[in-house]
Amino acid sequence: MTKLRVATTWLDGCSGCHMSLLDIDERLIDLAENIDILYGPLVDFKSIPKNLDLALVEGAVSNEDDLKKIQKLRKRSKILVALGDCAVTANVPAMRNQFGVPAIMERAYEENADLNPMHPNTLIPALLPRARPIREIVPVDVFIPGCPPPADVIYHALCELIEGRIPDLSDITRFGL
Amino acid sequence: MSSKVRIFTFRIDDRDVSAREDESILTVAKENGIFIPTLCHVDGLTPVGACRLCMVEIAGRPKLYPACVTKVEEGVQIITKSDRLTRYRRTILELIFSERNHVCSVCVSNGHCELQSLTQKLGMTHIHVPYRFPNLEVDASHDRFIMDHNRCILCTRCVRVCAEIEGAHTRDVMGRGVDTRIICDLNQPWGTSETCTGCGKCVHVCPTGALVEKGKSASEMAKQQEFLPYLTIMREEKE
Repeated sequence: MTKLRVATTWLDGCSGCHMSLLDIDERLIDLAENIDILYGPLVDFKSIPKNLDLALVEGAVSNEDDLKKIQKLRKRSKILVALGDCAVTANVPAMRNQFGVPAIMERAYEENADLNPMHPNTLIPALLPRARPIREIVPVDVFIPGCPPPADVIYHALCELIEGRIPDLSDITRFGL
Repeated sequence: MSSKVRIFTFRIDDRDVSAREDESILTVAKENGIFIPTLCHVDGLTPVGACRLCMVEIAGRPKLYPACVTKVEEGVQIITKSDRLTRYRRTILELIFSERNHVCSVCVSNGHCELQSLTQKLGMTHIHVPYRFPNLEVDASHDRFIMDHNRCILCTRCVRVCAEIEGAHTRDVMGRGVDTRIICDLNQPWGTSETCTGCGKCVHVCPTGALVEKGKSASEMAKQQEFLPYLTIMREEKE
């Protein structure tokens, strides 16, 4: 059996879903016989590879960089998984949505700055008007709610996907958790 | 209760059941262990049919019936599970989630929320409609309690428990559609209310984290609703 080509990525989230992925612990060794993680915060490749079988996406789509990444990942992977509440519902990152970008930039870079208050204008990607769940930007194949989804749920989902099945997860995870 | 009360026999899903003529479909379903999802209903308060989650079908009739406010009838076939009902119930839940700002992960009611647990019971892992992200108030003016409109689903349990059980009628409903709000007295901060007795019944019947006690952190706000049916029964016996 050829290994699944997998990418993981971390958009506007806290990395908790990746931590939960690592919490699969020794079962990761079993998984490694069936999957190759080619891209993401856990590996060193800098560009998104082509012909992916699976993309696990943590976080909401909040800035221009997130937007480019999610569009590229969608084009290059057969199955796209929204991993965790931020990816599924926009969750905590979306709590800024009701205030608008100018107000939160002012709060973060002026009101709360002790020294030299100024807005970032290079290197840091600009915020989109709203943090949005992935499915409002690109089609999503599998939703794994939970903040974070428990390691057992992620393991179960990966095992099903390796077997070529779309997992039904509503029994074992939910929003928040 | 009159001794002339009639007993009806009818079917719910594939079960033959019988009930008094004054019982609701929801009551009979519950007595027979048949699950019908509800949010605005709570035992001990007048049912209002506000959330529409308990809609059921009656065979041979085109429209749907809210089980909490529909009385049983002789000989009917009631259907509580169908593809149409599942679709409608899920859509209702999705609209509730999109209408305000429900952020389960950081909510004080995480793990104790009826809205959250219903998503799981109805097999919902995401919502299809766009979120509105409205800018809503949090009223923390009361000494002991908080009303967070971001998490309110307008079930009106708090309005009913305050009027029917506590007898204060501090709360009511203002406005229409997405602008609807639960208010205190004449739409004033809770802490300035002259009618609120501070009993906390509204907090404990609230199905979500909209009404909570102060000083609770994420996942700490468990509600106690057991008092309500006892209070109602004791009062009925007194009458």
